[in-house]
Amino acid sequence: MTTTSVPSSESWLEVAPLQARDALLGLLPESLHWIASSVLAIAVLVGAFGLMFAYLTLAERKLLGRIQNRPGPNRTGWAGLLQPFADAVKALTKEDIVPRDADKVLHALAPVSLVALSLIGLAVIPFGRHLVAIELDAAVLYFFAAGAATELSIFMAGWASRNKYSLLAAMRALAQLISYEVPLLLSVVPVVLVAGTLSTTAIVAAQGGWAAGFWPHWHVLTPWGFSAFCLFMIAALAESNRSPFDLPEAESELIAGHLTEYSGFKYALFFMAEYFGMAALSAMAVTLFLGGWQAPLGWLEVLPSYVWFAAKLLALLAGFIWIRATFPRLRIDQLTRLAWKFLVPMALLNLANAAFWSLTAGWSGPLQAVRWAVSLAAVVVPFLLLSRSLFSGLGPRVYRYAPS
Amino acid sequence: MFDANPAASPSARVRKVEPSSFGFQPSSVPPPAGGGGDLLEISLGPHHPSTHGVFRMNVVLDGETVVRLKPVFGYLHRNHEKLGEGTSYLGSMPYTDRLDYLNSMTNNWAYAIAVEKLAGLTVPERAEYVRVILAELTRLLNHTCLAGFLMQDCGCSGTPLMYAFRERERILDLFESLSGSRMMCNYQRFGGCRVDPTPAWLAAVAQLVDRYGPFLDEFEELLTGNEIIMARTQGVGRLPAALAVNAGVTGPMLRASGVGHDLRKVDGYGVYPRLNFRVPVGDHGDVYDRYMVRVLEMRESISLLRQALAALPGGPVLDPKAKQRGLRPKAGEAYGRIEGPKGEIGFYLVSDGTANPYRYRVRPPSFVNLTVLEDLCLGHTVADAVIILGSIDIVLGEVDR
Amino acid sequence: MIGKGLLQGLAVTARNLVGSYHDPDRYTTIEYPEVKPALPEAYRNFPFLVAEKAEDPLGTLRCVACQICEKECPPQCIYIVMDRDEKGKARMKPKVFDIDTSVCMSCQICVEVCPFDAIKMDQVFEIATDERFNALLLHRDQLAKTNTYFHQIHPTEAAEVDARLAAEKKAAEEKAKAAAAAKAASAKPAPAAPANPTPPPAPAP
Repeated sequence: MTTTSVPSSESWLEVAPLQARDALLGLLPESLHWIASSVLAIAVLVGAFGLMFAYLTLAERKLLGRIQNRPGPNRTGWAGLLQPFADAVKALTKEDIVPRDADKVLHALAPVSLVALSLIGLAVIPFGRHLVAIELDAAVLYFFAAGAATELSIFMAGWASRNKYSLLAAMRALAQLISYEVPLLLSVVPVVLVAGTLSTTAIVAAQGGWAAGFWPHWHVLTPWGFSAFCLFMIAALAESNRSPFDLPEAESELIAGHLTEYSGFKYALFFMAEYFGMAALSAMAVTLFLGGWQAPLGWLEVLPSYVWFAAKLLALLAGFIWIRATFPRLRIDQLTRLAWKFLVPMALLNLANAAFWSLTAGWSGPLQAVRWAVSLAAVVVPFLLLSRSLFSGLGPRVYRYAPS
Repeated sequence: MFDANPAASPSARVRKVEPSSFGFQPSSVPPPAGGGGDLLEISLGPHHPSTHGVFRMNVVLDGETVVRLKPVFGYLHRNHEKLGEGTSYLGSMPYTDRLDYLNSMTNNWAYAIAVEKLAGLTVPERAEYVRVILAELTRLLNHTCLAGFLMQDCGCSGTPLMYAFRERERILDLFESLSGSRMMCNYQRFGGCRVDPTPAWLAAVAQLVDRYGPFLDEFEELLTGNEIIMARTQGVGRLPAALAVNAGVTGPMLRASGVGHDLRKVDGYGVYPRLNFRVPVGDHGDVYDRYMVRVLEMRESISLLRQALAALPGGPVLDPKAKQRGLRPKAGEAYGRIEGPKGEIGFYLVSDGTANPYRYRVRPPSFVNLTVLEDLCLGHTVADAVIILGSIDIVLGEVDR
Repeated sequence: MIGKGLLQGLAVTARNLVGSYHDPDRYTTIEYPEVKPALPEAYRNFPFLVAEKAEDPLGTLRCVACQICEKECPPQCIYIVMDRDEKGKARMKPKVFDIDTSVCMSCQICVEVCPFDAIKMDQVFEIATDERFNALLLHRDQLAKTNTYFHQIHPTEAAEVDARLAAEKKAAEEKAKAAAAAKAASAKPAPAAPANPTPPPAPAP
């Protein structure tokens, strides 16, 4: 929301948010516009994602319920639609318990800093053709710097609680942070390499247009891009502490991990931060790999760009929930082994693959087929080799029957 | 532990629990090889999501690795065996429901066998078949639940557990329509069964048996081939066959360690010798084997149910001459045991000729199997300790009695 | 290929997600307070005392206060006091019949041991109260329910019980008749129907 010129050639839906903002700003004197514009952007972001958080919790519970053949929350309001607000009231009215031996300052600061750090990443996501809160040249760097700090908040929470379970959770959170920042960043580097920029708006713009009129130039639709997308999503699952990487909060092992000593609103803040973090990483994945706000086909551009962005974002979030409903949790050593022995080498090879892709951008005709084949092989072969070594010694077994 | 006098000084009421009350000193544990780090002592339980009831594991950790583990139980102790000495033979039957509250039918059966031996009663043929049907349904129920709980311990967000419980409900519905109660069936009687199953009930069992195979297929599709589950369970908590035998471990846990010991074959009680079934055996004795052996046992149970339903003869289900109330067996002793879903469930009774047993003793499979917990967990992580406990398949009602 | 099991698992959960919308075999939830599950006839909950007449349940209890159930009850949750007249003679009905449902374990042994078919299992399960002691201790007047009610909840069992009681009654009458005939034959004039303090016979409704 930094540009002021409203293009006139686009549909009114596309420019409606900008016009609304200009109308609001028009009520204020010119000298306050810069700050009012920022405050407005923050308010809209927090409001929209706050509401999304509320309904994401409901959607998660409903979806989990349906996957598990049960209805999910359906008592508060029509079909349970008021459930998030009932939860909020409950969280706010619960007693806030701080353990006697806890580090009170850190204990209170951890949830707040976690929410703040999960939110600020959203500032650089282009939600639509004209909708980005801050246009930064190094937006990608900024995003991941903010994201990395969230694990520190979890460590703060675990350490400050003075609880042995929380301490173990803090330990796990740090191990996870160290292991998964690397593949997360390494899986982004190919995109930066090919797009040649760190600006999120420019990366989205680079994914515009269609090859042969129907094949979008989205990064995920190239072999290296697909591989990078998968690596990014795996690392994002770990970064946002979602199943199967929810080790810090391993319910069946550590009770609630770093959340064990939190209650009431602070607990709700952790919950909120988890969803904000998940949404921010998914939004980044949409921006980097799924073409951001670009429509999949030319004639589908009748829908405004932010609708496309929201659709892709929600699809990814549904994927997070689906994975949570299906997979069991990894162990901490398996988690780190997966990162260092599989994700990091895959990401490094993928970087070379992307370099090859960008060097061969000029190839056409039959050479194009060769380009695809080489790039595909550079993804599939390392995947098979690395995964085989990762799972060596494991596999289905044959059972015998006792002689009778 | 509550003070009788509420006016006592607050400092007197807040009692500090010394670590020594855990029964061992962390400092007595030898420091880890090449270590240098401090040990962390954690009390996992009794209020912990994965201890399957009120069970406590005092673990000493080096990082996340278990260096020492001490099971603490007795939170659910109800004086079961002593109660049995003060209750008539019939009156103990409903108490056996509450031992392993998932498998009341098999508990009933084992107790009924003990009393039948003691009093020299015979069981009509139809009742023997009905007992097999109910025991195999119980085995399906128990193993399905176990797989669900084990996967819950592995960190699945409830999905396998919910599928398991969906099918368990159907079996419980059958139990309810036969015996009147879903879990506390109190169904077996000395010399037979309490109620004769109707043709409609038997048809419902046949229908359930038909749908159980496809359900197991889907369940296995979700879990058995899952790489994360293989990584989590294979090679974890290995139980060597020698240790298993020495510790008296029975049931699927023993068979997963490679010992093909099944009382249905060994004792040949009831009509099992007339039915065809195989005993699956694992070679590794780890958590995955324990899970798979149970899954394969469920498949055998399905075939057993089919055979028993087909061969079910007519006639009474209860010996009309068998006395239930005021039973006074001649002085003597008897031990009745069957292959319960968790292992050998046995009842040892001593009669002195009165209406109450002189001694009433339960041989609980969960309790005996639990004794190897520390050996299984040492050297593994906390996360593994939780799934190892899950794979032992305990029910605290039976462990604590 | 590694990852196949994971994808298979995802397929299974997706199938269940879709199936829960159209397949009643998968989506088995019954939304309880609105929809009540159908209870099987055998379902048992807590015991009640069978009375013959709805107008006078306490006067027409089948129970003769023999206290067999009190003795046999495994958790000892039944308490019975025999009703006695001024001279201390038993009236063969309970003055006090209490069942502590907080102790009762619904095992049905009282029903099995009762020789008079006087105690049967109820099917009322919505018994939660906010009072911990007295509300769960059921007295004679709360326990007494009519034979008609028994027929409603356990029709098969009730029909059997009625048939058996009718047969017993008939046999008893014939026996009494035969005894009276024998007495008459012994040519000893006596009043025809002497007051008999045996258990009140249970007439079929």
